[in-house]
Amino acid sequence: MIEIGGVTKVYGGRGPTFTALDNVSVTIRDNEFFTLLGPSGCGKTTLLRVIAGFVDPTSGTVALDGQDLLQLPPYKRPVNTVFQSYALFPHMTVAENIGFGLKMLDRPAAEVKRTVDEMLALVRMTEMAGRKTSEISGGQQQRVALARALAPRPKVLLLDEPLSALDFKLRKEMQIELKRLQSETGITFIFVTHDQEEALTMSDRIAVMRAGSIRQIGGPRDIYDHPAERFVADFIGDTNFLDATLLSVDGTAARVKLASGAETTVRAPAEGAKAGPVTLAVRPEHATLGNADGALLAGKLANIIYFGTDTHFHVDLDGGGSFVLRQQNQPDQKSGRSTGDRVGVSFPAGVGQVLRD
Amino acid sequence: MSDASDPVARRASRNRWFLLTPALVVLTLAASGPLLVVMIYSFLTPGDYGGVVWKPSIDGWFSVLFQRDFFSEELTFADAHLSIFWRSIWLSLMTTIITFVIGFPTAYFIATRPANRRDTWMLLIIIPFWTNLLIRTFAVMELIRNEGTVNSLLIALGIIDQPIQMLFTDFAVLVGMAYVFLPLMVLPIYASMERMDFSLVEAGYDLYATRWRVLKNVILPLVKPGVIAGSILVFVPSLGAYVTPRVLGGGKQLMLGNLIELQFGQGRNWPLGAALSLTLLFIVTVALLFYVRAAGKEEGHHG
Repeated sequence: MIEIGGVTKVYGGRGPTFTALDNVSVTIRDNEFFTLLGPSGCGKTTLLRVIAGFVDPTSGTVALDGQDLLQLPPYKRPVNTVFQSYALFPHMTVAENIGFGLKMLDRPAAEVKRTVDEMLALVRMTEMAGRKTSEISGGQQQRVALARALAPRPKVLLLDEPLSALDFKLRKEMQIELKRLQSETGITFIFVTHDQEEALTMSDRIAVMRAGSIRQIGGPRDIYDHPAERFVADFIGDTNFLDATLLSVDGTAARVKLASGAETTVRAPAEGAKAGPVTLAVRPEHATLGNADGALLAGKLANIIYFGTDTHFHVDLDGGGSFVLRQQNQPDQKSGRSTGDRVGVSFPAGVGQVLRD
Repeated sequence: MSDASDPVARRASRNRWFLLTPALVVLTLAASGPLLVVMIYSFLTPGDYGGVVWKPSIDGWFSVLFQRDFFSEELTFADAHLSIFWRSIWLSLMTTIITFVIGFPTAYFIATRPANRRDTWMLLIIIPFWTNLLIRTFAVMELIRNEGTVNSLLIALGIIDQPIQMLFTDFAVLVGMAYVFLPLMVLPIYASMERMDFSLVEAGYDLYATRWRVLKNVILPLVKPGVIAGSILVFVPSLGAYVTPRVLGGGKQLMLGNLIELQFGQGRNWPLGAALSLTLLFIVTVALLFYVRAAGKEEGHHG
């Protein structure tokens, strides 16, 4: 278990300062695939480097299983990193790279060899053992970097955007591979990415970061279905933002009145919900298209865009604003609607999310 | 179609030779020519007042290693020459080691500064280069002579009563050469270090390597080409150094360069001087061969 408590990192002593991490606290459980997600410059890599030991935080605590990590130099932390650039040693072979950590731990040669062979098999690189790292492809280098970091059996594996240099198809394969490795080894993975899809498909839990602080922590479903604030809703997936008036709150259920005058029940934020004007987030695929009569919102169909797997309907709402719906396509079936039709937009009770800000 | 019968290829080939002419002329006149002269002189007889007499002889080469007793005609090794050879090689090796020990951390320090400040640090390393060699050598002399800065300071501090004799010793020659040749070590090491990916150093720390082991297992192998280049750049001119051993060694601590100069000057034995020069060239060539082999291995490593 990693406990990060109030970690702050400020760069620049004199003159202008830059706060890379602003009072970040999070607890990462054992054997968890934990993802730090956010745009570039949000501090996710800095947080990873604090855990690895390459950055000393200005204040705060980092503990692994109750042991204070900040007291230890990087080479004494039971934590290994997969670097964004892989950082494979060019003067060593694939096998020497993988065995480096164990050699530095002064393990007996026989054990180093056995573990290297195991790791080579685990990442399916056995035939490449004697190659120089410059003689293998990007995807293979990625696998060697993984094997090298896993070989010393760290308690925690840190992954700094390890898939960003790979092409689309390879990235998909490696995502599945990473998941497999994590469940086979039982090691805690802390994964840094700016790719929301990558985060949603692989993670047990995601921390969404912005400007040095964590905005929301939760499971992929939680984060996607119930974003806490506009930034999270906007950063992950597509979202419709609706102006509404909050009438009353009962636990997690909130009664709101939409701009059209219709009333419905939605999810309230965890805390701080007050009656008055609020913003509502509704995912495009959570809403349904129907007739204008009796719908929550009514409007005119402005555009229909076919995407193969699904179709997007852009609706200009009465009283301003627009709403995008997404419907999965069925074989050889047209939607039966055309641009200019009057349509209604509805979503079931409990689907919309009232945002914190 | 062969090249010779193709007019385009023939003209291209002629142009190539034409364009190469200046370089070839310079090489012939400035490198091969004088070398040939030295080679020929080494096989002639010395003239009475310097110069050579056109009478073939291998005495010059003979005297490099041997000497004939004036009275008994007994043949012995030329101890004086051998000790000078040995001192030259030893002092040059020591100079190389000292410049490496000082130059490597210096290069590392500069390479790890923020990019915009590295040039300033490099400038500080290069500035002494713009100063005349003789002046720099006299500056070292001023520091270490008996009434010099170091001795005066030590006496003033009460650490010693009598000045330490540093000038006109091997130590003085070493200090002088290490100071003069230091930039030649720093520059190539810095060049390799600047190209080095410092995330590899982090990877080393991350994989349980202590500072010392990161240095030994990661940094040194990666900057090895720079270290080899720097060592050659220091070792080769050290072997032939003339001004520094002359000024700081005081004519007593001769090195090869001084011995050669002696033969062309007071010694009036040009063939011996020429033969000694070629011997020096031979030692340098052997050193360079080592370099080429080491560099070739490095190439195979990365390729």
